[in-house]
Order: sequence, then structure tokens, then C-alpha cells
Amino acid sequence: MSALKLKKGLSKHSAYDLKDPNAEVIESHTLAVIVDNEAGVLARVIGLFSGRGYNIESLTVAEVDHQGHLSRITVVTRGTPSVIEQIKAQLGRIVPVHEVHDLTVEGPSVERELALFKVTGQGDKRIEALRLAEIFRANVVDSTLESFVFEMTGTPQKIDAFAELMRPLGLVEVARTGVAALSRGGA
Amino acid sequence: MTKSMTGAKMVVEALRDQGVEVVFGYPGGAVLPIYDEIFQQNEIRHILVRHEQAAVHAAEGYARSTGKPGVVLVTSGPGATNAVTGLTDALLDSIPIVVLTGQVPTFMIGTDGFQEADTVGITRPCTKHNWLVKETDRLAETLHQAFHVATTGRPGPVLIDIPKDVQFATGDYTDPRKTKTEHYQPQVKGDIEVITRLVEAMEIAERPVFYTGGGVINSGDAATQLLRELVEATGFPVTSTLMGLGAYPASGKSWLGMLGMHGLYEANLAMHGCDLMINLGARFDDRITGRIADFSPNSLKAHVDIDPSSINKVVHVELPIVGDVAHVLEDMLRVWKSRGRKVNKEGLAKWWKQIEEWKKVDCLSFDQSGKTIKPQHALARLEALTKGHDRYITTEVGQHQMWAAQYLNFEDPNRWMTSGGLGTMGYGFPASIGVQMAHPDALVINVAGEASWLMNMQEMGTAVQFRLPVKQFILNNERLGMVRQWQELLHGERYSHSWSEALPDFVKLAEAFGAKGIQCSDPADLDDAIMEMINYDGPVIFDCLVEKHENCFPMIPSGAPHNEMLLGDASTQDAIGAKGAVLV
Ligand SMILES: Cc1cc2nc3c(=O)[nH]c(=O)nc-3n(C[C@H](O)[C@H](O)[C@H](O)COP(=O)(O)OP(=O)(O)OC[C@H]3O[C@@H](n4cnc5c(N)ncnc54)[C@H](O)[C@@H]3O)c2cc1C
Ligand SMILES: Cc1ncc(C[n+]2csc(CCOP(=O)(O)OP(=O)(O)O)c2C)c(N)n1
Repeated sequence: MSALKLKKGLSKHSAYDLKDPNAEVIESHTLAVIVDNEAGVLARVIGLFSGRGYNIESLTVAEVDHQGHLSRITVVTRGTPSVIEQIKAQLGRIVPVHEVHDLTVEGPSVERELALFKVTGQGDKRIEALRLAEIFRANVVDSTLESFVFEMTGTPQKIDAFAELMRPLGLVEVARTGVAALSRGGA
Repeated sequence: MTKSMTGAKMVVEALRDQGVEVVFGYPGGAVLPIYDEIFQQNEIRHILVRHEQAAVHAAEGYARSTGKPGVVLVTSGPGATNAVTGLTDALLDSIPIVVLTGQVPTFMIGTDGFQEADTVGITRPCTKHNWLVKETDRLAETLHQAFHVATTGRPGPVLIDIPKDVQFATGDYTDPRKTKTEHYQPQVKGDIEVITRLVEAMEIAERPVFYTGGGVINSGDAATQLLRELVEATGFPVTSTLMGLGAYPASGKSWLGMLGMHGLYEANLAMHGCDLMINLGARFDDRITGRIADFSPNSLKAHVDIDPSSINKVVHVELPIVGDVAHVLEDMLRVWKSRGRKVNKEGLAKWWKQIEEWKKVDCLSFDQSGKTIKPQHALARLEALTKGHDRYITTEVGQHQMWAAQYLNFEDPNRWMTSGGLGTMGYGFPASIGVQMAHPDALVINVAGEASWLMNMQEMGTAVQFRLPVKQFILNNERLGMVRQWQELLHGERYSHSWSEALPDFVKLAEAFGAKGIQCSDPADLDDAIMEMINYDGPVIFDCLVEKHENCFPMIPSGAPHNEMLLGDASTQDAIGAKGAVLV
């Protein structure tokens, strides 16, 4: 080798900014993608993930700026650092995509998900379910003599934990929205 | 003042405003209103192809040979699905084309109407972008945006699906200047800090090499000029991918020839042994890198590309520069000059000495002594006899394509049209038609294999009808040669379905279409036959009967590194290991 040694991390476009791109560690990243709210845009994003073999762990989408016709897609994906870099670059190429933010690396962020749980049962199990729901600050949004529907908002981990606890108590159905996420602070 | 008109008229108006001179197409029920408008004007020429796939390849040939977008018009359903191969081809090779498809009327979409297909759904993954236009008021604006997207940043194919009722309805025409395009504006200026680091590396590098690609051609004439200036000024060697041939002239003193799987020995060894690799608009394709782990193991790598997703996709580089080749080259030259035009003279002299040693291997040598024409000889003669001409070459896909890349010399960009990324057999003939449309007086030759050529041979009708004097130079080995070569190397010489049987008599075939046919089998007749082809004023099928079992060398077996190149038949035994065998 000659004297051509250079420091890593020379460009904002490089995976070298983040960490060793050859590292084989699998990371989970939450991406916020701002897109034109037009026909087919979600299909483009999903098609990109399936066509190139990337993972989608969670995906939410809704219009966030009615006047500007902009939607926000929040994707939670997993991959090695270089795959995550590719995913962001590939998303950025889609013509109706305006911005791609990697909330996992751009600073602290908050992530929330809403879930509904249907729990059926009687007697002690029913009381225990209600008690745990209170501890988790889940709301009862429907009840019959044999069932509850709880509503809970929280991190995906908290929702997982609550579902685990409800399972032996008669959990029959769960509906989750997927993650919505925002960066913290004023920026 | 806004102009009001039907959607069909808007299409023609928008094409005219975009400076379109030629449309390649094929009519059908869902585009009849547009065809009616085409009938009533004289500015835009319509070339009636014989198959929609050919319309797209013709548009690609037109685009690649002019730098302008190619335009296609086809009907719904089967018209659109026939265009899919061409769209995918253009996507992989970054060719700007605009495809207009007819669609069933909006109120019938989703009913499995006659000739209905989900065209935007089918073509979403094979276009850079596509649109279904449901309101006539939006049509003109969408058309203008489509041209902008196709030609801006990394070029590519776009498609606009236009339901028939939208063509009939009346709406307001939007002027191109009033069309919003600001959202899609890819970055063209490179990061000057990284460019400066690259220049610093260029000043001290002992074994530098420029690795140029299709992006230099995409970028345009300024990029080629600046590349030539920088190469001359630094004295660095330069190699190119299949897609970048002609950006640096083959007669230039720094030229190493093409690199990659069938690239030249000196080019591949220079890539393997360099200490500074400067990639300009190439994408580290697997035909180039071979085994990634052993790809140019000791070099510092810089990569200039307008598409951020090309960078660090396959090979990780120390100096990534997102930007347009021409803009970045301009900055490189400016910074390099301002810092005193330094290069490592001593290192370079040693490097060139090493390269000269590699050149002595003479990897393209062949022996034309027998009574059969060697394909390499046919191309060497074609090169010699067409050298002074205003010449454009297209190719089909296979061995002949690689030989054409090796034995023909390209002095200028946009003179070489080939299907690189998708490797589409059937590309070359229609592409030659598109090229000839753009350059009516030029000598346009499609170097073909007989198998590929048959895939779009119906286009003889188009060539004859529009008096396009395209020359179909078929290297006829009666084999699917490239497949046969792989079967020889990889599958124990079991030649499963890799020969061309029941071939037509190409001379009679030409005559049946009203064109000229020439056959040549004797090396002694070859020059005269080629001259006859060149001098004939009209389309020619040249059936050149060549050696049937010739293999294309050099060859880097798949999965091998650059320094494990095969140079001739003697070295091919067990050349491809189990790991390489799963690769294509
Ligand atoms: C049978 C067969 C054998 C082959 N063997 C070989 C071989 O031996 N050697 C070989 O080289 N190829 C070979 N190929 C072709 C190969 O498959 C690829 O198509 C080719 O190598 C890609 O060329 P490229 O890297 O120049 O990229 P291209 O496909 O031309 O891509 C261009 C790159 O430049 C970028 N770009 C575009 N515009 C600009 C701009 N304005 N500024 C900056 N960047 C820009 C794009 O984003 C892209 O990354 C073969 C193909 C076939 C069918
Ligand atoms: C549409 C399509 N089908 C299949 C292939 C696979 N393929 C690559 S080269 C080749 C043989 C081409 O034969 P020919 O055109 O005669 O050229 P030669 O290799 O003999 O020069 C085939 C079948 C392809 N590239 N494209």
C-alpha cells in the first residue's frame, strides 16, 4: 500500500459517517418518509422493499399536510448498516418522495403505537385483566359481561409486554396501528 | 391565456413543445384519438414498428445516439405489456425514454374491460416513474413533468397511461414553462471537500486508474471533453465499462480498453493492482467486480455518481461524491490546477511500464489462418473498412456483442448502443432503426448473433418501409454462442438447446422483405462483401458464416477475481468453481 490513507467519514452521503459498513450487525431503524399524497405512492414504497428484499417490521401512513398534499410514511426496518443506507438512498430516488429521515440516528425521538386488545373471560381472570390494564394505563373502550376491549398507546415494547400479560387472561384478538414517530425537541 | 383542447391534441402539442421530432409506435383502440391527431399534422414523424418491444428499443437507440429522450406511443393491454422488456432495459441502462400508453376509459378501469391491464402497476418496478392521468386538465402538465423526470438526474424510462375518455375530453393546456418541476432536482455539484481529498490522492498516487462508465455518456459532451482534458493532463490510464465506450477515444494514448468479465487483460490487471481507483459514472456491476472480496484489494476508491443509491451499494468507497460527472470533473480540474498540477511522476512512469508489460500479452490476438471466418476477424475487418465513416454501432446480446466491444474502436460518445444491464437479445435491430432515424446519413450497423437477431426480425418491415439503410451484420455461428460457451465451461460440454436449427436463408429472407441479402463464408471474400454492404443504399442483411465453436476471451469466470482471468481455451478446464457456478 502506498501513502494513500484517508480518514473515514468524509461525506454526508457515506455510510462511513455512521459506523463500519461492513459490520454484520443487524439494526432496527425507524424511518420517516415524507411523500406526495398521490395514487400509488404507497405501492412504490412497499414495492421497493419487496423487490429488493428489505424487511418491513412496521408501516404506517396517513396524510399529514392536507394543503400540501403530503403524507408521512413511518417504516420500521431491520438490516446491516449498509443495507439501511441503501434503503434510505433507494427511498430517496422515488420521485414523489420529498424527504427521508432516519429517526434512529438523527437524534432522540419518540415512538408511539396504538393497540386494541380483546380479552374474554369471567371471574378472577376478568378482574386481574382490569387491574393490569389500569397499571398499564389502558382504557376500556368496550365491555360486555364476558369481554373487554382495551385501548393502549405506547411504545411497541410496552404493547408487546401488555399483550404477553393478557394472553393467559383470555386475550383473543389484537389490532395494532404500527409505529408513529417524531424527533424530540424543536428541530 | 390558457389554450383549451382535447386530451389527444394535448399529447401532440406537448410533444411538439418538448421538441420531439420522432415517435415510435403502434396503434390500437385505446390510442385512436391520439393517432387521429398525429394524422392531422406534419411536424412529428411517426415510425410504425412491427412489435411494441421494438418501438421501445428503437426509442432507446434514438436516445442513446442523440442524448435526447426517445418517445413511444402504444395501445393499452397487449401494447403496454409488450413494452415491458424495453422499459426494463432502459431502466437498467439509464436511458431516457417517454412511453405513452392508452388505457380503457376511466369509468371502466377495474372491470376487466377489453384490453385492460394494470399498466401502471405492471410498469411501476420497471420505470423511473409512471403516471395514470385521470383528468384532461392534468395531462399536459404530467407530460411535461415526465420529460423532466426522464432526462434529469440519472436518466431513465417513464410511462404515462392515458385513458381513452381523457383523450376525448377537453381541458386546459399547461405550458411547459408553467409546469412545476422544482421538487425533482437531483444534486449535480459534488462535495468540494471530498473532491479536494480526491485531488490530494491524485497528486501522490503511484498506480492510479480512471474507471469510467455509462454515466459519462449520460452526463453529455461536456463530461467527455473534461474527461479527455483531465486524462491528458494527468497521464493516468483510463479504462471503461461496456456502457462507457467512446467517452475516452480508443486511439487515445492512455486507453487501456474495456474492463470486466470480457475486458482486456491490461485493463483488469490495472484495476486489480491500482492504488487509486477513480470511478466516474460507473456502478460496480458484477460483470466488473468479480469476487467482491478480492476486487482491487489495495486501492483507495473514489466514486462519482449522480445517484446516491449507486454509491456504497456493492463496493464501499472511501471517497463518495454525489454529483454529475461533468460538474465534478470541472471542480476536480480546477482544484488540481490551482494546487499546481502535481502528479507522482516517478510512480506513474513505473506504473506505465508495468502496464506495457501486461499489454505485451496481446490478449486479443487470434489466428485467422483456416478457411473459416473467425468472428474476431470479421469484426477486425469491419473496423478497418468502416473506420473513416460517420459510423454508429448497435449490438444484440451474446459473444458477438463482446467481440464488438473488443475489436471495434470508438472515438466518440453516443456511437455505441448495446443492452448492458438487462442483456436483451432482440435489442440491436430495433435500436439500429432508432439510430438511423436520428442520423439519416450515417452508416448504422447492428452487430448481431443469428439467434438474437431472430427475436425482432419482423422489424425488417419497418426498415424497408421507412427506407432506413440499416446494416444487419450477423455473425452466424448457428449457436446460441454465449450459452454454448458457458455450457462448455460449466456443464461438462452438454450443449442443452444451445444451437440454432431450422435457420432461415437470410439472403432470401432479406429479399422477401424487399431488402438486400449478402452471404459470406470465405475469408478471402470478406472485404469485398463488407464493402458491398457499406455501399448499398438500403437495408442489408449480411449473413457472415463464422467459426461455430469459437469462445470469447479474455474471460473472468464468475466468482473469480480479476487476476484469475482465462486467456484462451487451454486454461478453461474446471475454471469455474461450485461457488461461481450459481452466479450468472
Ligand atoms: C453478455 C454480457 C457481458 C457483459 N460483459 C461485460 C464486461 O465484460 N465488461 C463490462 O464493462 N460490462 C459488461 N457487460 C455489461 C454489464 O452488465 C453492465 O451493463 C455494465 O458494466 C454497466 O456499466 P456502468 O457501470 O458504466 O453503468 P451504467 O449502467 O451505464 O450506469 C451508469 C451509472 O452512472 C450514473 N450516472 C448516470 N448519469 C450520471 C451523471 N450525469 N453523472 C454521474 N453519474 C451518472 C448512474 O447513476 C449509474 O450508477 C456485459 C453485458 C452482457 C449482456
Ligand atoms: C431475451 C433473452 N433471452 C435469453 C438470453 C440468454 N442469452 C444470452 S446470450 C444468448 C445466446 C445469443 O446467441 P446469438 O445471438 O446467436 O449470439 P452469439 O452468442 O452466438 O454471438 C442467450 C440465449 C438473453 N440474454 N436474452
